[in-house]
Amino acid sequence: MSFLEIEHLEKSFGSVRVVKDFNLPIEKGEFVSLLGPSGCGKTTVLRMVAGFETPSTGSIRIDGRDVVSLRPNQRNIGMVFQSYALFPNLTVAQNVAFGLKVKGVKVADRTARVAEMLRLIGLEGYDDRYPFQLSGGQQQRVALARALAVQPQVLLLDEPLSALDAKIRVSLREEIRDIQRRLAITTIFVTHDQEEALSISDRVVVMNGGVAEQVGQPFEIYNRPSTRFVAEFVGTLNLIEARVLDRDSGRIGIGSREASLGRPLTSDRLTLGIRPEALTLGRAADRDMVLEGRIDDVHFLGSVIRIQATVAGERVMLDTFNRPGTPPPAPGQAAEFSVHPEDLLVLEGERSP
Amino acid sequence: MPLAWLGMVPFTLFAVLFLILPTMNIVVGAFQTPDGTPTFRNVLNLFQPSILSAYWISIRISVASALAGCLIGFAMAAAITLGGLPQWIRGPLLTFSGVASNFAGVPLAFAFLATLGRLGLVTVILKDWFGINIYGLGFNLLSFWGLTLVYLFFQIPLMILIITPALDGLKKEWREAAEILGASGPQYWRMVALPILLPSLLGTFALLFANAFGAVATAYALTGSSLSIVPIVLFAQIRGDVLQDPHLGYALAFGMIVVTGIANGIYVWLRARTERWTR
Amino acid sequence: MKAPRVWSWIALTLGLLYFFLPLIGTIEFSLRKRRGEYSLDAYRWVFEDPKFRETFSYSVVMALFTIVVGVLIVVPTAYWVRLKFPRLRPLVEFVTLLPLVIPPIVIVFGYIRLYNTSSFLPLTGTASGTNLLLMMGYATLSLPYMYRAVDTGLRTIDVRTLTEAAQSLGANWPTIIGRVIMPNVLVAVMSGAFLTFAIVIGEFVMAALLNRPAFGPYLQLIGANRAYEPAALAVIAFSITWICMGLIQLATLLTRHSRPPRS
Repeated sequence: MSFLEIEHLEKSFGSVRVVKDFNLPIEKGEFVSLLGPSGCGKTTVLRMVAGFETPSTGSIRIDGRDVVSLRPNQRNIGMVFQSYALFPNLTVAQNVAFGLKVKGVKVADRTARVAEMLRLIGLEGYDDRYPFQLSGGQQQRVALARALAVQPQVLLLDEPLSALDAKIRVSLREEIRDIQRRLAITTIFVTHDQEEALSISDRVVVMNGGVAEQVGQPFEIYNRPSTRFVAEFVGTLNLIEARVLDRDSGRIGIGSREASLGRPLTSDRLTLGIRPEALTLGRAADRDMVLEGRIDDVHFLGSVIRIQATVAGERVMLDTFNRPGTPPPAPGQAAEFSVHPEDLLVLEGERSP
Repeated sequence: MPLAWLGMVPFTLFAVLFLILPTMNIVVGAFQTPDGTPTFRNVLNLFQPSILSAYWISIRISVASALAGCLIGFAMAAAITLGGLPQWIRGPLLTFSGVASNFAGVPLAFAFLATLGRLGLVTVILKDWFGINIYGLGFNLLSFWGLTLVYLFFQIPLMILIITPALDGLKKEWREAAEILGASGPQYWRMVALPILLPSLLGTFALLFANAFGAVATAYALTGSSLSIVPIVLFAQIRGDVLQDPHLGYALAFGMIVVTGIANGIYVWLRARTERWTR
Repeated sequence: MKAPRVWSWIALTLGLLYFFLPLIGTIEFSLRKRRGEYSLDAYRWVFEDPKFRETFSYSVVMALFTIVVGVLIVVPTAYWVRLKFPRLRPLVEFVTLLPLVIPPIVIVFGYIRLYNTSSFLPLTGTASGTNLLLMMGYATLSLPYMYRAVDTGLRTIDVRTLTEAAQSLGANWPTIIGRVIMPNVLVAVMSGAFLTFAIVIGEFVMAALLNRPAFGPYLQLIGANRAYEPAALAVIAFSITWICMGLIQLATLLTRHSRPPRS
């Protein structure tokens, strides 16, 4: 049995079911992200774990104990909010000490623990500042220290980076991951930013419409999306419509070209998903599927050249590395693109809008 | 730039002529004899039993109505903001508070006479239906409790109007953060919510106090001159020099400024102490 | 979750009981003039009383003048402070809040002493002078509300940019204030104006001590001499306050529509 066990969790607000049959076992010390667009139910799942929402049905067990009937202040969970939620009337030290104080921890122990936490987040000497005197990133670190000070069994992070600048976002997420690893604390992280989720998680849960569409390691989610939604939501994906010429051998037609997927197909039409880095300009040795198209626009970004092109009537995007000897192609020029058939994501069925 | 100062002239002239000079005139007059020589006698003359008791009952009524107004108004504002009541109650209640907080003065006295006077609706109903004769039990509108009860009619709504935005300013996340850190409801209120609200609460209290302390019309219409609260005494003095000493009138008015000034001074001082954590 | 809601209903119910009983009591009392049955006799008596019409129209006119004077003093000042003297704001705000701290009776006492017939500005010597003084008194009483309303209104618009834009288009000061600033704070000004109206209509102390035939002293006089008519007058006064507040609500409602919601 896993450390944190969520089983058959459902939540309805009125007649709207926002979470449907959600199951997730989380191991001790694991860092799991809930990823999805706004309204997908990820925050509701987190708030049910925290105890701010009561599940309609289902169970949540932490270390074997069913917590559904417990109030939030009985669950021993740490939580960090998007808006920091530091108490503005308390200093940094008082904020961090809050949970210890309400638990009745002795002053001396409290002081030692606060010093330890401030050292952990690299804010020694900030004890007597008030939240308004700190930057957003500093406030969020204090919020993390406050949540961790009470040594919770589970840490919940509700979009903790969304209110921050892009630069701080990256450095703080690495810091959070680093602290999480050092303390080996079981963590659920909610985000709508797929790059964030992929970069720091042990496992990612992609949610859509209240349902967990796929659960897996970041590498798996990105490269082997199990549903069309996951493929489109995670990472950038070029979509190209293809005709099925022969179901049994897997021959397909793309524009005027033909290619073989080398496996039987079940429908007459399908969509091919190609990651920008899988698509190459020109022919390449191991990429034997060739498409033709026209270059629309070229963005020279330094180390990377981002090319927009039209292939089989679809807008696609590809990235190539800069090579000093090869100048970028000119917009308007016809071109060939090649791709390795194994890098194709075959998405059967209707295309989502 | 010097020309820009001209833009401030109308306001300055208005404030000086109709607010500051008249007040200064009273303050200076309180320290002068009728022929203009400086003296403390007027102020010292305030310390006679009849005037002191007028101040005392005024202060008591003002404190009681401000305190009760704060508590009840806070409870009602908390009910509509945090208490989980249906949303539609909020708008009408705030509008009604706007009306009631301005429904002071003479008509308010009439309303309470018609309700709790000797022939008032509630008095009659209590007597006829329940056999309770409130006047037999010693109730009197023209008393400390009576006047406090009447003043609450504008004190409570004023509190609701001022404190509702402050309660709205309490973020839901603060409560949730406190809760998940293990705090109970009362602990959250004691350690987070009340300290955050304290400046607003103190400010409103000071305002309600001054509001009740300076109110003349309601008490006058209710009691004539029979209840000796300070504004009524001053009113009678200005009309007919009942104290037989015009400069004692100055001192009386000066005393009123001092009392409301102290109330607001305490507020400013406490606010400075409690608000270290804001910009 | 359930317990606080119960308390909320209790707090609300008790509060509403306290507020509605006097209103019901007053209405009921005002209908009791004819023995044994309810009638509108008290209201008829009030409306037929020439003094009612005289004092009421006097106070309405005073209120209107007060609003005009108040707007003329407050709007340009609040605007000017925001534009040119932001550092003066705390001082100006302090001055505008003084009327909440200094009791009105003290202020009018000062008027009587300062502007008596033997002073440098003998305003109380003539009826029109006293009217002017009373109006200024009313403007002082409404200053905190008017200034706050206008200043809040100004906060929602970018005064400096609007002014510079108008100046770059060649507008002069009267045009800027009249055509650019005023329309943008009109709603705030209106809510301040209705509040002023409500304050002036029922005001008693200043009018009584300055001896002007206003509605407030008339109410007091009727209260001292008649039985059922005061209740009718209270109902009328309450309705007037309601109408003023209703108009303020309407004004704020209009702002909400004229501004796109922030997401």
